[in-house]
Amino acid sequence: MVIFLQNLVNALQWGSFYALIALGYSMVYSILMLFNFAHGDIFMVGAYIGFGVSIGLLALSSSGALAMPNWLILVLTILFSMFLTSFVGMIVERVGYRPLRNAPRASAAITGLMIGIILETGNLILMGARRVSFPSLIQTTTYTVGGVFVTNKKIMIVLVSLLLTLALHQFIRRTKWGMAMRAMAFDFAVVPLMGVPVNTVIALTFAIGSALAAAAGILFGIAYPVLDPYMGILFGWKAFVAAILGGRGSILGATLAGFLLGFTEIFVAMIFPSTLRDLIAYSIILLILTFRPHGFFGEPYSARLRL
Amino acid sequence: MPVLEVHKMSHNFGGLRAVNGYHLEIDAGQIRGLIGPNGAGKTTIFNLISGIYAPMEGEVLLNGQKVNGLPSHRIASMGISRTFQNLLLWRHMTVLEHVKMAHYSRIRYGLVGAFFGTRKRRREEEEIEGRALELLDMMGIRHLANQVVLNLPYGAQRRVEMARALATEPKVLLLDEPTAGMNPEELVQIMEIIRRAHREFGLAILLIEHRLKVVMELCERIQTLNFGEVIAEGTPEEIQNDPKVIDAYLGKESVI
Repeated sequence: MVIFLQNLVNALQWGSFYALIALGYSMVYSILMLFNFAHGDIFMVGAYIGFGVSIGLLALSSSGALAMPNWLILVLTILFSMFLTSFVGMIVERVGYRPLRNAPRASAAITGLMIGIILETGNLILMGARRVSFPSLIQTTTYTVGGVFVTNKKIMIVLVSLLLTLALHQFIRRTKWGMAMRAMAFDFAVVPLMGVPVNTVIALTFAIGSALAAAAGILFGIAYPVLDPYMGILFGWKAFVAAILGGRGSILGATLAGFLLGFTEIFVAMIFPSTLRDLIAYSIILLILTFRPHGFFGEPYSARLRL
Repeated sequence: MPVLEVHKMSHNFGGLRAVNGYHLEIDAGQIRGLIGPNGAGKTTIFNLISGIYAPMEGEVLLNGQKVNGLPSHRIASMGISRTFQNLLLWRHMTVLEHVKMAHYSRIRYGLVGAFFGTRKRRREEEEIEGRALELLDMMGIRHLANQVVLNLPYGAQRRVEMARALATEPKVLLLDEPTAGMNPEELVQIMEIIRRAHREFGLAILLIEHRLKVVMELCERIQTLNFGEVIAEGTPEEIQNDPKVIDAYLGKESVI
């Protein structure tokens, strides 16, 4: 029981990363019928931007020019990096995808993969072929609840990702941009005739997805403080699986599937040798998709942005 | 001065001349009809005027101001609104949301308002909702305001589309086969709605319609289109008796 609960805690943290990244896939897909295959690498870029911002803020703080407590540095790092990474997403959309708006989807998919490679090698050129370690902004405190170890970092990671998901939900439900996104997911053609500048809304969609990926990158850096230029690839693919599993376009589905993926991986590793983890975990996912090919909340032949 | 003018508008799809030298002048408060066999280019003309395609030649003027070449959301907010032949509704959104969307450019509250429900948001929402409900009332679908359109009968969906088009507060309304697929009862109702919208808003309306009875009853003047060109223009009586129109619809007598 204790082992089960311990793994549950770990799975919640692990699933948070997948869920946050999957949201970006899902949002873009619902509007443009396009999987942004560069999204995993935007997660990586977000983590590196977070690294840069936190190093900068730490230096600023320790130089005495503007002394800040570490928790404030963390909050500012997350917010500022989300802001900066959203521009990466918007640039990717503007340069990579917008010219291909009416091209076959395969062209856009290939473009996405190429943008991913550009981001990876660009990072390699900028930062060199070495791993960097994310500064530890908060001291780990471990609480023991009935034999289960819970750290303050894990609690924070799960809470922040849930908070962001909730904020996204509210954004889509309550703002005019969110309303436009939902409408564009149902029928793209009419939306501009309502006086809605669709390009702005699309750019905003990419911005939000990228900001969420950046948050995931920083949270990941806090939990596993080693960053490398290729960290986004596997995470990107797995979050993509979560987006499919959740039902393309479904916010709730992407979140749930992200956590489910985390649970599956962690619990498979608990029972089976961890070298078989991905094989078994993804066989289970494949089995689920065999019976629910449209995912949890997907509809046949459609991908609508839903709450 | 005419509210909408179209001069010598032409457009090709590949090698096909879809619209050739189309000309139109509508005054505020006029209802014009556009008829013609399938593939004559009627819907293309709507797409060109509303900016879904930019016309290759010619000009579209709204109140004397050139609008062709502008992005469609600009043209829409300047006052040209339209409906579609095959209903393009947002199936999982409510009737009220459909109408609200038309107020997009007028919604001023941003993130803070949306998340914390500020007074500004409440005031704006109330105002927009009030206007939306008024419009729904006029369309006779106020009681359906919070229904998801997916569940509505076809006739009601048509009205939602009409309400959405009117909510942008247009000066010119382009109706693409508003009675398609309707039963006789719904037909009478939608004609009454078109008349009311016309009367209360003083709109200029351009109507594509296959049912000649509807065009003949609603329109003051009718253009007949065939192969992208206007082959006849006149009052309903003139059009009905024009041999070229009869030819276009029924084929030449000598064929059989």
